[in-house]
Amino acid sequence: MMHCRQLVHRGAVLAWVGAIALLTPAVASAQEIDGADTAWILTSTALVLFMTIPGLSLFYAGLVRVKNVLSVLMQCFALTCLMSVVWFVAGYTIAFGSDGVEQGMWIGDFGNLFFAGISIDSVNGTIPASLFAMFQMTFAIITPALIVGGFAERMRFSAMLVFSTIWMLLVYAPVCHWVWGGGWLGEMGLQDFAGGTVVHITAAVAALVAAMIMGPRRGFGHVAMAPHNLTLTVAGAGMLWVGWFGFNGGSAVAADGSAAMAILVTHLSAACGALAWMAMEWIRHGKPSVLGIVTGMVAGLGTITPASGSVGPAAAVVIGFTAGVVCYYATNFLKNKLRVDDSLDVFPVHGVGGILGTLLVGVFCSTQLGVFSGNGFSDGIESIGGQLAVQATGVITTIVYTAVVSFIILKVVDLTIGLRVTEEEETQGLDLVLHDERGYDL
Amino acid sequence: MKMITAIIKPFKLDDVREALNHVGITGMTVEEVKGYGRQKGHTELYRGAEYHVEFQPKIKLQVAVADDQTEGVIDAICGAANTEKIGDGKIFVTALEQSIRIRTGETGNDAL
Repeated sequence: MMHCRQLVHRGAVLAWVGAIALLTPAVASAQEIDGADTAWILTSTALVLFMTIPGLSLFYAGLVRVKNVLSVLMQCFALTCLMSVVWFVAGYTIAFGSDGVEQGMWIGDFGNLFFAGISIDSVNGTIPASLFAMFQMTFAIITPALIVGGFAERMRFSAMLVFSTIWMLLVYAPVCHWVWGGGWLGEMGLQDFAGGTVVHITAAVAALVAAMIMGPRRGFGHVAMAPHNLTLTVAGAGMLWVGWFGFNGGSAVAADGSAAMAILVTHLSAACGALAWMAMEWIRHGKPSVLGIVTGMVAGLGTITPASGSVGPAAAVVIGFTAGVVCYYATNFLKNKLRVDDSLDVFPVHGVGGILGTLLVGVFCSTQLGVFSGNGFSDGIESIGGQLAVQATGVITTIVYTAVVSFIILKVVDLTIGLRVTEEEETQGLDLVLHDERGYDL
Repeated sequence: MKMITAIIKPFKLDDVREALNHVGITGMTVEEVKGYGRQKGHTELYRGAEYHVEFQPKIKLQVAVADDQTEGVIDAICGAANTEKIGDGKIFVTALEQSIRIRTGETGNDAL
């Protein structure tokens, strides 16, 4: 029903329950709550929410120009509120369905509309069902918030709310079902521990499509659009790093060795990604930049995300360094060669990182790589080639599905509401035009 | 009377103020400004986006002085603000018609 790690865990619980069942005639509830698991996922839930507010919000806010700082903070905050409600109404049930129902390949059953099946007593694996729904809600919050970076500084607030709501129901929730909710990619053996496909690729592809449909900000490429406050960005980056321990460590849905290893590899990859990007700038530009080192950290974190349940520490170092270098080149390529104004570089950092990490799982999950060995192939897969094929299938289908559906949603919203503010409003800045406020009065 | 306007490097402000005190100047007005002359701007790089920033931050300092103080003040500023590197700034001297101290109504050199 959920992450591969939990399936294994749940299998053990079921076997245990099966043994008990031989002794006791009727076992109604097959699942028991584990206190340690519950405590850790409660903690992880808070950590992942902390990633969006204030982590990602500050990270993005510092990167925009001074006239748009509030608009970005507002987008992240409003999405946190709105996506919570959308998840409650229908997002959760589309992604995970309801307990005791055989899940289909494409979407979950509708038994959990309005969290209908979630009560104080209901259990999911070894934790309360309410906690599982809440933990997953924090993922459903940060994913559309990541997209904000693609259309920052020029999108209408109302259009953003409508787009994100439809996108949550038509893109995030179904893809989440495919991978974690019992759908076809999970069944096929795709290893995506914490959301390389579900979170990072979906958000980044949507951001790229939005940036291309809406066009660049006025003056992109010839007017300076330097970040207005990098101290906010660095503060937000630090919060993201810490919060990511809940994101990846919580994805074990248990307080066990898998959770601990996920945090270890996550941390190593973040550190190596940061060092790699810093080194790239130092070599190619002559100076190591603050924005560079924190961007490399995000690249390292995004890239290890799908792999954090599958690989060991030595592989995490390789993944982190690779992420820093590849995402560095991807950022330069998209901005300076393709001239796409993905304003806060969502695609080259999160998208390229998510793709890279999901593919590298296929290699580094192998148990035959000496110090670089991981936790093994999925059931029924015997080789790196076999696992890579499944990983590539997950990556490609997620990209294509997200791109097509995001494109359609954006076009519909553009024709009905209008995606973009007027030129004059954009010049004046979204803070004053859309919110009647200014970020600073110095 | 003369109005002396000096454009200097920001980190030289304290040295210049001290040097002016030594030659008997006890009041001045200072502004943070941006500009460029021979010292061109610098390059900033944000995730591969390169921006050339033409304008350099500078300090504009203004002192009103009596005619006989002019040379001393110019020497003091030149001495204190000089780093022998491009971008040290400039001094402009203009004639000053009148000065009035608002509280007392004193005029001319008495108001300086």
